[in-house]
Amino acid sequence: FLGAGGGNDIQWCFSQVKGAVDDDVAEADIISTVEFNHSGELLATGDKGGRVVIFQQEQENKTQPHSRGEYNVYSTFQSHEPEFDYLKSLEIEEKINKIRWLPQKNAAQFLLSTNDKTIKLWKISERDKRPEGYNLKEEDGRYRDPTTVTTLRVPVFRPMDLMVEASPRRIFANAHTYHINSISINSDYETYLSADDLRINLWHLEITDRSFNIVDIKPANMEELTEVITAAEFHPNSCNTFVYSSSKGTIRLCDMRASALCDRHSKLFEEPEDPSNRSFFSEIISSISDVKFSHSGRYMMTRDYLSVKIWDLNMENRPVETYQVHEYLRSKLCSLYENDCIFDKFECCWNGSDIVMTGSYNNFFRMFDRNTKRDITLEASRENNKPRTVLKPRKVCASGKRKKDEISVDSLDFNKKILHTAWHPKENIIAVATTNNLYIFQDKMN
Amino acid sequence: QDTQEKETITPERTEEAKLKAKYPNLGQKPGGSDFLMKRLQKGQKYFDSGDYNMAKAKMKNKQLPSAGPDKNLVTGDHIPTPQDLPQRKSSLVTSKLAG
Repeated sequence: FLGAGGGNDIQWCFSQVKGAVDDDVAEADIISTVEFNHSGELLATGDKGGRVVIFQQEQENKTQPHSRGEYNVYSTFQSHEPEFDYLKSLEIEEKINKIRWLPQKNAAQFLLSTNDKTIKLWKISERDKRPEGYNLKEEDGRYRDPTTVTTLRVPVFRPMDLMVEASPRRIFANAHTYHINSISINSDYETYLSADDLRINLWHLEITDRSFNIVDIKPANMEELTEVITAAEFHPNSCNTFVYSSSKGTIRLCDMRASALCDRHSKLFEEPEDPSNRSFFSEIISSISDVKFSHSGRYMMTRDYLSVKIWDLNMENRPVETYQVHEYLRSKLCSLYENDCIFDKFECCWNGSDIVMTGSYNNFFRMFDRNTKRDITLEASRENNKPRTVLKPRKVCASGKRKKDEISVDSLDFNKKILHTAWHPKENIIAVATTNNLYIFQDKMN
Repeated sequence: QDTQEKETITPERTEEAKLKAKYPNLGQKPGGSDFLMKRLQKGQKYFDSGDYNMAKAKMKNKQLPSAGPDKNLVTGDHIPTPQDLPQRKSSLVTSKLAG
């Protein structure tokens, strides 16, 4: 529960920050996705340079029983490389659009990472022992002259320094003409979907040479194109159900049992628009940039440019709750259109079903508590990095006289965007990505 | 009849008026197919091997006009060459997050 003070309120404190301090940001270092694994022990980031960095939470410190483990680098690898499709004259960016973890089945960890065109399944495994005492090989690997071998011994495993290896186990390629925006693993843990601007495909994790097309909204005549797919996700419990959102602010829920090609939705979620309020910007700001189911699967959350909406799956005609993220930007839409910020794609995330979080500009991020209806604005900044000091809430002054400690809308830095945030599945630990830094915040433990 | 109408101009409409004042030729529907088509074609750089080879053949003894300082702007007489296309190499540098 949010707010300052009160017994049950979460008090967020700075824990760690990763990344370079300097302001000169190399393009490759721009963080493009952040995701905790199912246990929360691992935290993965992807960047524009196609690299993945995985952090692991340290075991709790026995001398400090009330502090949670820190996240330190566990593995890093180049997931995707830049390509140029000469046939279509298309540059294929190596930027990692999404990472999704598979639930752990054995000692190794698996994740899916995707760029605009290709999805890869990566296996991350640990090696902490190695065989020693070969008969025909020296310790450095050179082969021994067999004639010098006078006795035989049995090689044994000896401990070694932990090595974490990442290897690509499956490459799912050539199934998307347009740019992939989402991947989502099904609750059957065998299949997953990938969505691009116009199509959604269903894959089996073991099979790379075949993919089933389950949604196709490409019109026969491209001049009739009116909307594109912006995000898609499988229902957390029903393995036949998934949703996809559009650039026109609608969400469609589809049931794969109904037909092979789910072009006809089972449910259409759309908030009626007041025609008198319509403007040039209406459609652009209604475009949904992210859709996420609550952990229970009863609700889903959508993020459009100015707000976060909570939908009850049983009610299609309007959201049950709407939270304004930065309503003061409505009177800045002209300049936000000119500098392209109006097209920024913010993501959102849940903790369970009670609190939702999303990013904004000026390195601010916002949380909304559905139960208490309280909200809070916090800032990811190196100026706040004293561990265990509670973060001070921020306030933006939309108009009129600016109070002390408030920041005016015109002073906001629109280059400092928080597009990607993630909430630990079990604890009050959050990961917030600024342009090139990753912040980790935790609640203050008493 | 009371003909006095209170017209409240929403902030959005005010912003729209500002934009139209700056760009009078702006189309009515921003979400039209042109706009979406542009979105679908993100990242496209034009290299037509046919044009390139024909241009090469025509100008056997001359140098092909190369791209100006702004290599991204490929228009007019300039035929893009493989050299003009930005060299895309994967970053061999480790992410600074891991540093």
